[in-house]
Amino acid sequence: MTIQSVTDLEQIKEEYRLKLNLPETIKVNVGMASCGIAAGARASFDAAKHEFSNDTGIDICQTGCIGYCEVEPLVEILSRTKPRMMYKNVTKDNIVDIINDYRHNAFNNKKTRKHILGQVKDPRSLLENDMDNPQENIDPVEGIPFLEETPFFKGQVKIALRNCGYINPDSIEEYFGKQGYTAFLTALKTNKPQDIITTIKESGLRGRGGGGFPTGIKWATCAKFSGERYIICNADEGDPGAYMDRSILEGDPHSVIEGMLIAGLAIGSSQGFMYVRNEYPLAVKRLVTAIKQATAYGLLGDNIAGSTFSFKIKISTGAGAFVCGESTALMASLEGKVGRPRAKYVHTVEKGFRDQPSNLNNVETYANVPAILLKGGGWYAGFGTDNSKGTKAFSLVGKVKNTGLIEVPMGISLREIVFNMGQGVPGKKKFKAIQTGGPSGGCIPESLMDTPVDYQQLARVGSIMGSGGMIVMDQDTCLVDVARYFLDFLKEESCGQCNPCREGIKQSLDILTAICEGKGKEGDIELLEELGSMIEKFSLCGLGTSAPNPVLTTIKYFREEYESHIIDKKCKAGVCKNLFFYEIDENACTGCTVCAKKCPQNAITGEKKEPHLLEQDKCIKCGICYDACKFNAIVIK
Amino acid sequence: MSKVTTQPGNDGEEIDYLELDQIIEKEFDGEKENLIMILQAIQRRYNYLPKATLLYASEKLDIPYSKIYEVGTFYSTFSLEPRGRNIVSICLGTACHVRGGERVREQLEKTLEIKDGETTEDKRYTLESVRCIGCCSLGPVIKINEDMHGRIAPDQIDTVLHQYE
Ligand SMILES: Cc1cc2nc3c(=O)[nH]c(=O)nc-3n(C[C@H](O)[C@H](O)[C@H](O)COP(=O)(O)O)c2cc1C
Ligand code: SF4
Ligand code: FES
Repeated sequence: MTIQSVTDLEQIKEEYRLKLNLPETIKVNVGMASCGIAAGARASFDAAKHEFSNDTGIDICQTGCIGYCEVEPLVEILSRTKPRMMYKNVTKDNIVDIINDYRHNAFNNKKTRKHILGQVKDPRSLLENDMDNPQENIDPVEGIPFLEETPFFKGQVKIALRNCGYINPDSIEEYFGKQGYTAFLTALKTNKPQDIITTIKESGLRGRGGGGFPTGIKWATCAKFSGERYIICNADEGDPGAYMDRSILEGDPHSVIEGMLIAGLAIGSSQGFMYVRNEYPLAVKRLVTAIKQATAYGLLGDNIAGSTFSFKIKISTGAGAFVCGESTALMASLEGKVGRPRAKYVHTVEKGFRDQPSNLNNVETYANVPAILLKGGGWYAGFGTDNSKGTKAFSLVGKVKNTGLIEVPMGISLREIVFNMGQGVPGKKKFKAIQTGGPSGGCIPESLMDTPVDYQQLARVGSIMGSGGMIVMDQDTCLVDVARYFLDFLKEESCGQCNPCREGIKQSLDILTAICEGKGKEGDIELLEELGSMIEKFSLCGLGTSAPNPVLTTIKYFREEYESHIIDKKCKAGVCKNLFFYEIDENACTGCTVCAKKCPQNAITGEKKEPHLLEQDKCIKCGICYDACKFNAIVIK
Repeated sequence: MSKVTTQPGNDGEEIDYLELDQIIEKEFDGEKENLIMILQAIQRRYNYLPKATLLYASEKLDIPYSKIYEVGTFYSTFSLEPRGRNIVSICLGTACHVRGGERVREQLEKTLEIKDGETTEDKRYTLESVRCIGCCSLGPVIKINEDMHGRIAPDQIDTVLHQYE
């Protein structure tokens, strides 16, 4: 069956809206994005499938990333008569009990109660808020918090991630059930391309891939140039520590396809490309399925819904080069060549892929588009700050208690994200910094944590919004080592055609490595600053011009760490091996023997219940004892 | 460029040319633009890029061998040398780095007695570093073939490696 109009959609939409919200059976949604699967979700899914294979009352389904990755595998259970419950740490060993207890309303059974994260108050996405809340007539279970009010979820506003964790990514019908393709079909039938562009301009949407260029302006410019225009989606997600795009592709691939269709309509293009990172095989698989389904419904292909508009999408995979995330390099790579950026005297909107006008946007940018069209530019612009409209997805990772994927309105402070949603640093460790913007970004210290998430404000403190990686660092992170780490990454990834980038990064890295090895000299910091400003000024692409950021911000905010490495030859974080040693604090050591058993060098000796002794000659500073000690008795000197 | 006549690679790998045709012509329409994906398909088949396959692709796609070699060496996922039966990828992305990924790498190098990018003598393991596999919340992460192992500590390395013949 092909879909010809919004009316055709209505019927399927209603049917699946019901199935998604008030199913006949008990519906079990297992979060099966890569992160969930890595945490064991596949095994949980299989165990449940096996147990309930002949049970018509229970339907085991898959969904995308629910976001709270720290406590994966996550499972949500719902039915038409009971509250929707979200469960954490659902393994193959407890999933059956959890489902049975849900079935029998045994919400207070201790064994499964501890897995309940919360009950869902309102499962509607922001695109559905003119419909009834399906939970309205269902009484909540007393004593169980609402999921939306638990720290990790409170304050989140999901637009780009609106369907992730709610629908089966392999089902286009479920996407229909969440208002999917309504925006595109409406636009196709009633809007002029110019109107679409005006709406996107009104929304204030800026590119989510890192550059932050206004999307509406980019589309308008590209539409002006004649030739065979191309719509390209940047799914290269190179920032190490960021996985928003992966989650969108794995959890809601149709939202990106619909966004590209709308761009095609607005700009006047019939061919789309997706450039997906090689490390994301599951995303590719789900995209392939999604494209097939959309084609079967006549939403991709020739003369879509009986119109003159045709659009196809081809998937290409990258092969492991960070620089290929840069627009001109990406287009060269799409052509099957090596990805070396070129100078942009002529922009890619004029001459890009195959020398034709090409519009490149990031995954998250496209995922926002259908929502904006459906609800209006003004609606989207109602979220956020003056110069940063809407919401942004972030991956909150590193040394933070609640790791995961969040989407928040622009303008929220870093402090709220790290200490409310993230619940701060685990253990009794002290927070040190947060890194945003990946290798092009910077490290922001505690004193600036009230900085709001906003393009200008983040730039003001020396970092950038970037694509959405947020890496929390604590007292055990050495910031000189972090700077060294980023330069090591960039040295590998520089395409090598500009001297300042290729040689400058290498020289800076040599200096930083020497500092970390205890061979730092006075004047090194100044030399790094000088090199940094040279690399920044004279490199061609964004990789080079932003490469010094991690070094310069760490020098700016953590200069004393550099000085203690260079002058005192000490690494207080216990990372740079030549600059510290472990010692056992006699007063804190309880003689539990854990460290002695774990040390691979047998460097620790001592009697049970007596303070232990660490032999420095044997110690290789692997840190196993430091991590293992529950009493903080292993200290860094 | 003068045409290179196809000959077996000097690395002694047996090449099935009919199968190569299938990959180049059927799966990827003999399109030059699909070169990267063609090389990926070849690498999936042989676990690396045997020289003979590159020469053959050069001829089939009418792309100079030097250009193919350039692509094969520019992108980090390609390997021009045979790799081990099991590919051990250690994530050195930022999130894994701050959670001790470096120590896991050291332990791996120590246990396997090889460095990043090398293969053990018995061809059982190849060690490769990658920058983020997108499972950052489970860091530090290693991936062996298609299996992800999250929250891995240096002292678990031995046990995990042993699961792979
Ligand atoms: C070195 C480098 C790497 C980049 N990597 C990515 C990436 O992985 N994903 C992405 O969407 N944009 C990346 N960008 C930004 C793109 O060049 C481009 O600005 C963006 O994809 C445009 O889409 P947007 O306007 O929707 O953000 C990178 C830029 C540079 C300079
Ligand atoms: S700045 Fe660096 S990565 Fe960018 S084009 Fe120049 S050498 Fe290549
Ligand atoms: S940083 Fe290791 S998986 Fe992302």
